[in-house]
Amino acid sequence: MILDGKCPTGPIEQTWDKHRFDLKLVNPANKRKYNVIVVGTGLAGGAAAASLGELGYNVQAFCYQDSPRRAHSIAAQGGINAAKNYPNDGDSIYRLFYDTIKGGDFRAREADVWRLAQVSNNIIDQCVAQGVPFARDYAGYLDNRSFGGAQVSRTFFARGQTGQQLLLGAYSALSRQIKLGTVKMYDRREMLDLVVVDGVARGITVRNLITGEMESYAADAVCLATGGYVNVFYLSTNAMGCSVTANWKAHKKGAFFANPCYTQIHPTCIPQAGDYQSKLTLMSESLRNDGRCWVPKNKADLNKHPNEIPEEDRDYYLERKYPSFGNLAPRDIASRAAKEQCDDGRGVGPGGRGVYLDFSSAIKRVGADTIKERYGNLFEMYEKITDEDAYKRPMRMYPAPHYSMGGLWVDYNLMSNIPGLFVLGEANFSVHGANRLGASALMQGLADGYFVIPYTIGGYLATVKPGQVKTDHAEFKKSTEDVKAEQNKYLSINGKKTVFEFMRELGGLMWENCGMARTKESLELNLKKIPELREEFWKNVKVTGSGSELNQQLENAGRTADFLEFSELMCRDALHRNESCGGHFRSEYQDEGEAQRDDVNFCYVGAWEYKGDNKTPELHKEPLKFDNVHLAVRSYK
Amino acid sequence: MSDHKTMTLTLIVWRQKNANDPGKFETYTAKNITEHHSFLEMLDCVNEDLIHAGKDPIVFDHDCREGICGMCSQVINGAPHGGQERTTVCQLHMRKFKDGDTIYIEPWRARAFPIVCDLIVDRSALDKIIQAGGYTSCHTGGVADGNAILIPKTVADESMDAAECIGCGACVAGCPNGAAMLFTGAKVSQLALLPQGKGEAVSRVKNMTEAMTACGFGNCTNHYECMAACPKGINVKFIARMNREFLKAQFA
Repeated sequence: MILDGKCPTGPIEQTWDKHRFDLKLVNPANKRKYNVIVVGTGLAGGAAAASLGELGYNVQAFCYQDSPRRAHSIAAQGGINAAKNYPNDGDSIYRLFYDTIKGGDFRAREADVWRLAQVSNNIIDQCVAQGVPFARDYAGYLDNRSFGGAQVSRTFFARGQTGQQLLLGAYSALSRQIKLGTVKMYDRREMLDLVVVDGVARGITVRNLITGEMESYAADAVCLATGGYVNVFYLSTNAMGCSVTANWKAHKKGAFFANPCYTQIHPTCIPQAGDYQSKLTLMSESLRNDGRCWVPKNKADLNKHPNEIPEEDRDYYLERKYPSFGNLAPRDIASRAAKEQCDDGRGVGPGGRGVYLDFSSAIKRVGADTIKERYGNLFEMYEKITDEDAYKRPMRMYPAPHYSMGGLWVDYNLMSNIPGLFVLGEANFSVHGANRLGASALMQGLADGYFVIPYTIGGYLATVKPGQVKTDHAEFKKSTEDVKAEQNKYLSINGKKTVFEFMRELGGLMWENCGMARTKESLELNLKKIPELREEFWKNVKVTGSGSELNQQLENAGRTADFLEFSELMCRDALHRNESCGGHFRSEYQDEGEAQRDDVNFCYVGAWEYKGDNKTPELHKEPLKFDNVHLAVRSYK
Repeated sequence: MSDHKTMTLTLIVWRQKNANDPGKFETYTAKNITEHHSFLEMLDCVNEDLIHAGKDPIVFDHDCREGICGMCSQVINGAPHGGQERTTVCQLHMRKFKDGDTIYIEPWRARAFPIVCDLIVDRSALDKIIQAGGYTSCHTGGVADGNAILIPKTVADESMDAAECIGCGACVAGCPNGAAMLFTGAKVSQLALLPQGKGEAVSRVKNMTEAMTACGFGNCTNHYECMAACPKGINVKFIARMNREFLKAQFA
């Protein structure tokens, strides 16, 4: 099937304005008759629930944490982009649009990216109005910093806690609506199924994580804002509870999964210290504004204290390879360059899995106090984890899984191929192509939640009669029974290996064979090994306790079971895409280490349709057209 | 890594099946722990052993494991988050302990935080305080340009100092009165400092303090334990600011 993203046509600058006018409206008095479910309360979900509640819809919002304020958007450090051009350095909506298309290695839709760039400025204004304390200068104007993949300073920030402050802004707006009664909040609930009736999304089945009870919720539209899936690598910068489960359950009910092989490996994370490790910690990309990446030129220097290695014996590899962007090369490129140095045997620290990120020249230039003001909390976090003082010796960094550009397929209205199912934020595939630029995730989450879904959901709801399906419908009962049966199965196996042991093993396979570099052979190996591991899981997993109480093993068993299925799709997608682009690097397709795209054969979105357990999924294509940005080799040299 | 010396520790952990169970301390041994383990990774290891032995693992709240989500919440040897300055449990590392140590692990204990299971408590009271007024009542869309109202750096910075609160509740757990004054004071102050929040300053401080009392939190008697426990180093001066705002509101 050839998919249609239903993008508006005509001059790109007018597409969103024209589309907004063309969308049907729901009369203010009728809005309260419609129920909308929002799953996830991060930037996208929190902003959507608050905005839809304010418009007058009846909103039911869900999160698995104990409070909507804890969604993992909170961990974003560096900043949020907008095309304000406050520094007068040549930024514009067009430039942000262009940088994002190019940064995504020409694998995103032009119209979606244009809209993102256009509403980026509204986001900053919105957050300021909410009381988000962005960094400001002494006169009181908003401050900006630069970020990877751009040559202008367009990133707004709140110390190293931008995600936290933006999320608390959305959470406060959400809290206001909860108080007003327009949003009903359900915390400690995990979505375990999407309920589809006659091809239309009608509700969800969730597990109450405290009581273990299954609960059904019906609505006229369901919005998934359930984040990304890089915990498929086991070790990642995501929170422990982040999973593919909500997306995967929707996929199994018919939603297409687009570009699952596009995963982002972030270049600056604290290297792994041991096998017991549960997660990897990211150090903001903003550090590369002042930190310089290097490794020793000579292997003989590897065991020396870094400060004893003289300047001429250091290889500042990013500055050498990409002189015009230097240390601010985009993430995919910086990660691969770090891997290249380590593969060359010049990596530092335990196992040779690390590069230096050195602040000594910046400290000499602007002083330690300024560096402390800019990145103090990051240096503090680094010291807590590694016991090393980065003011005195360079940080050690290694790439780690961080973000998923792929996600459920959506059209321009953020609606999936299932009518009534909308997908927002990291959970969808739409704007980042094959690689996301720094400070663009926060922008997308809030754009989708505050400024896209409030318009586009109306366009859908205006065409449907409210309240057509209630939770007494047979599909809800069936969904609950299916989920219960699955839960009982985990509990009844009583095997020998814990859930974590399986997840660690799967993560190892994915990192090794479908990580920063992939080959036909490594992917085929995974396509053989993953089904074996899955089979073992269903025979040999051990989950203690019961389903009718708080049971964290049971929660993780479900997430792991879904990762064990999803990982196969991810490898299949990576195997079919015989090119390298952005975060998807197939070693066979390269030009001296640079990704080699194949625009003749692969300039499309690959969206997979679920065909049943252990059946080969079907690939659908949505061709990508570039009318405004010239398809070119992406160069940061 | 394997060349590190390992530690063996005795853990005395609060176990409580559910809200109605009286609960009790149980003793466990943590083996093969290195200085690089985080505290929660140490508990992960203990839990893996328990599961292999067919027993129920220790239940605790955690999510981001990088000190920002505010989910983790344990009292370690009597100190919320373990007592290391500006550190959440998840960022506490085992290098702060030594081989042979005995460690007591308990949940947050406060009237407003009923225990859910083992080390997990119900902190929804904190959400209720925010719902009572921890926001500016701006609408989505239709707001002024971000630079339309200037906010000098010193003001923005002080507001940010207050805004750093992660809502973990350690301040409540540390307070002998079970007060949420630091939590509430931080939000009241963040918004009262900013021009965007001034318009509703009067109703906000009234409604939020009322919600605080209604949720069963105690009052401040200047012990400063909250500030000592706070993993973000929120200063008690924000309690003073809230009190000032509250007083001002009585005359408004």
